[in-house]
Amino acid sequence: MAAAMPLALLVLLLLGPGGWCLAEPPRDSLREELVITPLPSGDVAATFQFRTRWDSELQREGVSHYRLFPKALGQLISKYSLRELHLSFTQGFWRTRYWGPPFLQAPSVWINLGRSSVMSSQGSSAPLSTSSTPPTQSLPLPPSNPWVWPMTLTTTFCAMLCCRGRWSAPKTSPPGRSSCPVVPRASLISFHLLQAGLSVLLKADRLFHTSYHSQAVHIRPVCRNARCTSISWELRQTLSVVFDAFITGQGKKDWSLFRMFSRTLTEPCPLASESRVYVDITTYNQDNETLEVHPPPTTTYQDVILGTRKTYAIYDLLDTAMINNSRNLNIQLKWKRPPENEAPPVPFLHAQRYVSGYGLQKGELSTLLYNTHPYRAFPVLLLDTVPWYLRLYVHTLTITSKGKENKPSYIHYQPAQDRLQPHLLEMLIQLPANSVTKVSIQFERALLKWTEYTPDPNHGFYVSPSVLSALVPSMVAAKPVDWEESPLFNSLFPVSDGSNYFVRLYTEPLLVNLPTPDFSMPYNVICLTCTVVAVCYGSFYNLLTRTFHIEEPRTGGLAKRLANLIRRARGVPPL
Amino acid sequence: MGLLSDPVRRRALARLVLRLNAPLCVLSYVAGIAWFLALVFPPLTQRTYMSENAMGSTMVEEQFAGGDRARAFARDFAAHRKKSGALPVAWLERTMRSVGLEVYTQSFSRKLPFPDETHERYMVSGTNVYGILRAPRAASTESLVLTVPCGSDSTNSQAVGLLLALAAHFRGQIYWAKDIVFLVTEHDLLGTEAWLEAYHDVNVTGMQSSPLQGRAGAIQAAVALELSSDVVTSLDVAVEGLNGQLPNLDLLNLFQTFCQKGGLLCTLQGKLQPEDWTSLDGPLQGLQTLLLMVLRQASGRPHGSHGLFLRYRVEALTLRGINSFRQYKYDLVAVGKALEGMFRKLNHLLERLHQSFFLYLLPGLSRFVSIGLYMPAVGFLLLVLGLKALELWMQLHEAGMGLEEPGGAPGPSVPLPPSQGVGLASLVAPLLISQAMGLALYVLPVLGQHVATQHFPVAEAEAVVLTLLAIYAAGLALPHNTHRVVSAQAPDRGWMALKLVALIYLALQLGCIALTNFSLGFLLATTMVPTAALAKPHGPRTLYAALLVLTSPAATLLGSLFLWRELQEAPLSLAEGWQLFLAALAQGVLEHHTYGALLFPLLSLGLYPCWLLFWNVLFWK
Repeated sequence: MAAAMPLALLVLLLLGPGGWCLAEPPRDSLREELVITPLPSGDVAATFQFRTRWDSELQREGVSHYRLFPKALGQLISKYSLRELHLSFTQGFWRTRYWGPPFLQAPSVWINLGRSSVMSSQGSSAPLSTSSTPPTQSLPLPPSNPWVWPMTLTTTFCAMLCCRGRWSAPKTSPPGRSSCPVVPRASLISFHLLQAGLSVLLKADRLFHTSYHSQAVHIRPVCRNARCTSISWELRQTLSVVFDAFITGQGKKDWSLFRMFSRTLTEPCPLASESRVYVDITTYNQDNETLEVHPPPTTTYQDVILGTRKTYAIYDLLDTAMINNSRNLNIQLKWKRPPENEAPPVPFLHAQRYVSGYGLQKGELSTLLYNTHPYRAFPVLLLDTVPWYLRLYVHTLTITSKGKENKPSYIHYQPAQDRLQPHLLEMLIQLPANSVTKVSIQFERALLKWTEYTPDPNHGFYVSPSVLSALVPSMVAAKPVDWEESPLFNSLFPVSDGSNYFVRLYTEPLLVNLPTPDFSMPYNVICLTCTVVAVCYGSFYNLLTRTFHIEEPRTGGLAKRLANLIRRARGVPPL
Repeated sequence: MGLLSDPVRRRALARLVLRLNAPLCVLSYVAGIAWFLALVFPPLTQRTYMSENAMGSTMVEEQFAGGDRARAFARDFAAHRKKSGALPVAWLERTMRSVGLEVYTQSFSRKLPFPDETHERYMVSGTNVYGILRAPRAASTESLVLTVPCGSDSTNSQAVGLLLALAAHFRGQIYWAKDIVFLVTEHDLLGTEAWLEAYHDVNVTGMQSSPLQGRAGAIQAAVALELSSDVVTSLDVAVEGLNGQLPNLDLLNLFQTFCQKGGLLCTLQGKLQPEDWTSLDGPLQGLQTLLLMVLRQASGRPHGSHGLFLRYRVEALTLRGINSFRQYKYDLVAVGKALEGMFRKLNHLLERLHQSFFLYLLPGLSRFVSIGLYMPAVGFLLLVLGLKALELWMQLHEAGMGLEEPGGAPGPSVPLPPSQGVGLASLVAPLLISQAMGLALYVLPVLGQHVATQHFPVAEAEAVVLTLLAIYAAGLALPHNTHRVVSAQAPDRGWMALKLVALIYLALQLGCIALTNFSLGFLLATTMVPTAALAKPHGPRTLYAALLVLTSPAATLLGSLFLWRELQEAPLSLAEGWQLFLAALAQGVLEHHTYGALLFPLLSLGLYPCWLLFWNVLFWK
């Protein structure tokens, strides 16, 4: 069962109808790559990337012949004239403080179904953003109904995306772009598999024993040449996992491919034009003798990644010597001297978010932004989407760093509309060097209509993570690289200028309890309340509002009444 | 209700209430007490059952086998603690990191309002150490807490050892869906309070502490552990928290299930659970346990560090290892397995614990009384006050209407008699004065401790307690002077109106207390109601006065202490009792300031002034 439970997105690779044996020069190409990075905490991160590039103008030409590029996605692009699509499913939370800044930014995750069991639960969250081109005459209009996107993507990726309310667009993003930063609860339902090349390593039961698991699809147009006269379409499918060194290695930090994936590499993917494994062998102290990679790499690659200089050992699977010698490639890394059990280096930017206060009436959302750079301040763009049922009091928004108020240089706030649209709060905050900045805002918990509660209301309601985007000062100057030539992972970080690098972080999602009625009791309560109201209230009200007069008992009888009738006729007061 | 709108029948009913008032009151009081005693008998007490689906069956295989490791950790911890004389923070950090946790520390400091002589502390500063086990592929939205409070003495080393061994075992498992926080606090409950306040980023008690560096989302449940020996004969479970709050009954059921599964001997209030509920012995034994629980809950103090978690809606209980002279002993593995089982079950929770009861009384570990069944007891007691108030109201009414009432012209709905205004005005002075006394009782002892220590040869803590008693006693002298201000126009009307107000005030207060903390409400009602009903300025005044003093809130506290030790089979001598009483007063004030316990303000600002009103009635001239 475990082997048959494969990984999601790779189905798309299979969708090519098999026309690759044709002799014509390929207009599309596939590159695959695995980067293995020992993290500062001792865990090991593995990032797979499969990149398909197709030199075809999907939106203009009536393309019907697909080779490597998945047809389902291609049709999606041409039908809705998509400009870009990014979709990621993540389980776990990238702990920036211990793992360093992430390679691929994807928000943290919540687990929806079966939070308690491991093998059968595949809940996830999906940050999602799509962009449509402005409509032109030759193209059908992009869907105005915001539900079309979730629906279409749901069918394509066999995932469940439910987004409450309308998707909102941050003001800083270009027009025409709709994005849902995070869909708090998405369930990934079905899986597919391809076994060749690097994807041999994608063995589900190992991948689901990791601390972090994120898979993503990114589609975007890229320039075909330097002058950008025509465009190609690029599809990247990525998977990053973090292996818990403590559990896998019984406390040792040594690792090997086999220990992590319980597989070794045996052959390159026949479809791929490039198939490489990169291993980060940068040593944190200057002494080069601390670690050893086996087999020894033929070449190494040096570059500045996320502000620090890194060295990678390269294993090229297309290099026949690499695999043919032993029929399998099991890369191992051994620490010669066990690294000391010391606190790992802290990245320059990390964040923490929590709900403060107690009780079910009010609360406070607090975000702590850490700038650990010793002498440089830098700005951070903080984007918060808060569901409408937490009613934010914007006047309580306080930003303090180092005990002083910190005035954001830009604030955009879009109030929520009940049941329609969440709060959107966007701020540009300057973080002073070596400081902690606290952003807090108070909220009140709304009482929902009783049909609006989820089936598990006492679990709480999720608040999506804040998104932090920052240009973090770099320690080493980086130079712009040629994307087509450099490794794939390198092109993940847009380098605008050499002195700083771009980081996007997601904070923890939050779980907030709302006032919840006792759903098991409604009939008792309704019956009791109605009875009490009917019996007591009516008569008390009656007693309190009425004035009482003592009525004379009627005496007399027929004779008196007759006499009175006569007297009334005569105009004399009755007896 | 037609009964009330019909003047004839209304008058008949009124006469009935007036004529039969005394027997009705006695009957109602007796019924209340009898109902309470009957709570331990099977129709009213029910067997506990697990309501939460996610924790339904005990299909968990406990694999904890780190007994030796736990003992080694405990030995090291005790040695380091002895060496440094405080919590060995660096050692704890190192050890927690070596078992694979994310470790953080939090330092806190607190100056108590006056020196705590029971725990021998005044200026407190300490450090909490906690390690977080991060659940794989989860986003730290939910967590569970295992906490060990460490006091100044060298107890609880074994608990720390077991905590570390459990952490090491848990770290190797892959099934966790919630983060687990392993928390070791210094200065037992003060540390816990500091950590909880920092975790929720609030400050309710004026604690100074450093902010927390690591968090793990919403805490779903917590277990506090106290163990001071390598082997235990039984595990005692404490549920009563701050201000009488109780954890969800399912948490207790969970503990009991794993005790049964592992064959552990479990006790509640230090008492074994009676086997046989059908004969008389079982319920009688249950009654002891029930009374102990009522006394503990009424005290409103947290009986273990779990009690502080309850304020933040974290279901929590404390497990205490007891090592007595019983023959059969269990080692740390058995306790560890029970804890492992509980944590794995809590890990399965899909929602917060909410299914089972939050308001209950426990005559045994597997028996409970739900709120619907115990509330009538206090209801009957409060009915006495209601009946008395009704009688007074009607007597006042008749007095106001003068002599025309018996003359036959019935006018039950006449507007308020003009003399009513005078009656109300006469109430203002006693009410204000007794409330002011209450305020003085609340504020002065702590505020005036320094003045007292300068002028009298006493320590601060003694000064506070003695000032407390002095103000309390001074209140008794006041009422003679309060009503002289009032013109003696209608002699009876004055005290009747005052008593009416006092009765309603008392009934309202007791009603509210009973709703939030049944035990306290019931205890106070049992003692205060009869004398409150009896108090009047005629008849054997000295007897009434003696009775009233005996049932005052302070005397109730003293009596409860004696009853408490009696039930624990460790009776007190008078002198011991007095010492304990003084200590309890100091603790009560201190707990109000350090944890926010409400018993002290409730008694000093609410019930003591109310009781003074009755004293006032008694000495009305």
